[in-house]
Amino acid sequence: MSFAITVENLSKSFKETKAVKNISFQVPQKKIFAFLGPNGAGKSTTIKMMTTLLAPDSGSIVLEGVDALKNKDEARQSFGIVFQDQSLDDELTTLENLEYHAALYHVPKELRAKRIKKALEIVDLWDRKDALVKTFSGGMKRRLEIGRSLIHYPKILFLDEPTTGLDPQTRNSIWSHIKQLNKEGMTIFFTTHYMPEVEEVADEVAIIDHGKIITQGSVSAIKKQTKTKSLEAAFLKLTGKHIREESASKLDGLRQRVKVMRR
Amino acid sequence: MSMEVIGVMIKRQLKRYWRSKPRLLGSFAQPLLFLFAFTFGFGPIYASAGEGNYIQFLAPGIMMMSVLFTSMFNGIEVIFDRQFGFLKETLVAPVSRTTILLGKAFGGALVGMIQGVIIFLITLLVGFRPEITQIPLAILFMALVALLFTSLGILIASRMEDMHAFPLIINFLLMPLFFLSGALFPIEGLKLVPYFNPLTYGVDGFRGALTGSFIFNPILGLGILSGCALVVIVIGAKLFATTEA
Repeated sequence: MSFAITVENLSKSFKETKAVKNISFQVPQKKIFAFLGPNGAGKSTTIKMMTTLLAPDSGSIVLEGVDALKNKDEARQSFGIVFQDQSLDDELTTLENLEYHAALYHVPKELRAKRIKKALEIVDLWDRKDALVKTFSGGMKRRLEIGRSLIHYPKILFLDEPTTGLDPQTRNSIWSHIKQLNKEGMTIFFTTHYMPEVEEVADEVAIIDHGKIITQGSVSAIKKQTKTKSLEAAFLKLTGKHIREESASKLDGLRQRVKVMRR
Repeated sequence: MSMEVIGVMIKRQLKRYWRSKPRLLGSFAQPLLFLFAFTFGFGPIYASAGEGNYIQFLAPGIMMMSVLFTSMFNGIEVIFDRQFGFLKETLVAPVSRTTILLGKAFGGALVGMIQGVIIFLITLLVGFRPEITQIPLAILFMALVALLFTSLGILIASRMEDMHAFPLIINFLLMPLFFLSGALFPIEGLKLVPYFNPLTYGVDGFRGALTGSFIFNPILGLGILSGCALVVIVIGAKLFATTEA
């Protein structure tokens, strides 16, 4: 079996806190892989490092055979990402956002119009192609971000809490898109706090807590290991029941304030 | 480096500039206020001191003011992009950080220049009479000033997270730069200070090209401005390489 993602001995510290402690895992190609953990467990830090946005202290990351720490641009070309919080330009239209993306990912000019149309059809937004993004609901923005991440034909798709805050209809529609993409051969790496979602779609699960991977395997294997009936129960058994305080970075704190201000 | 990426980044900035009408209008207010207040306030004194028509002296200074302020404040777009998440989309793309910096710098500089050209048209209405033969040289000076100060704004923004602090810091820098540049009054009374201000050479070269009277050799001015712009861009590229999304 070949692997889409290989992470080895990855570590990252911020001042005194060790956010990620020497973790290693592999994601097989063409699988749906769920990366779970309570708030502050090290999920976001790991994803930032895997997607070249944060330099690790030590360790290695290989994406589709490309060393993501040495050949950053080549690695960046191989994956698409839907971030935890919004990353669209509100002042631009749907098409303008997608054209920006296509240019940044060096999609050949003659293919752009076709790929953009296809991506928008997949996420049901073709009829809103000329609308300013600021007129969109949260669910529509999410769908647009998923559509955008497909334009450069990535081999791996990272989804950081893609369904948080969305209604069941939108969640259902987003997952059916993602499952379809996976069927067509894309490796999916996602995080979520909705355990039933994971039970339904994930081929393999890794749970991280306090910066360490505490278990990895199929949903059924993890349930068996913990002698529980649901993944939610298994998750609570493995990570405990006390509530975590996420130590938000300064930037996240700022974004929270902006969100409040915009209400 | 990809020209196309730089192009698409410039296009985005122009669209955002054009779509934000309050920003468009608001950015004329201050230069116009200065133009009218100083023309009516100092004009007669300037003329009675035997220096001639003040508007001929002031108009290029006000255009430079507009270019300078718009350019430096462009840096806030980096902070906005970071806060609203769009910076991540740009930083995760397979594009060198230097290209991203140049795209932002050229886009911002172009916005600054458009602003300067609009003020130029307004000064024509209030009686400014430029020499048209040297307009390409004037545009060159304007472009270098716009590029230098846009890059400086981005450099500062790449290390800042607080969008409330940015205007304060920028104003703190802008005011002395502007007042000690000879934009509003001749620099003779300011001793040596203006010689250390790159904007002085920008204002002088721009004014010289439009009115025919230079203090410094324009080649020297172009050299100093290009050198400063290069230094700021190189430092900016270094800082931008490690900026957090």
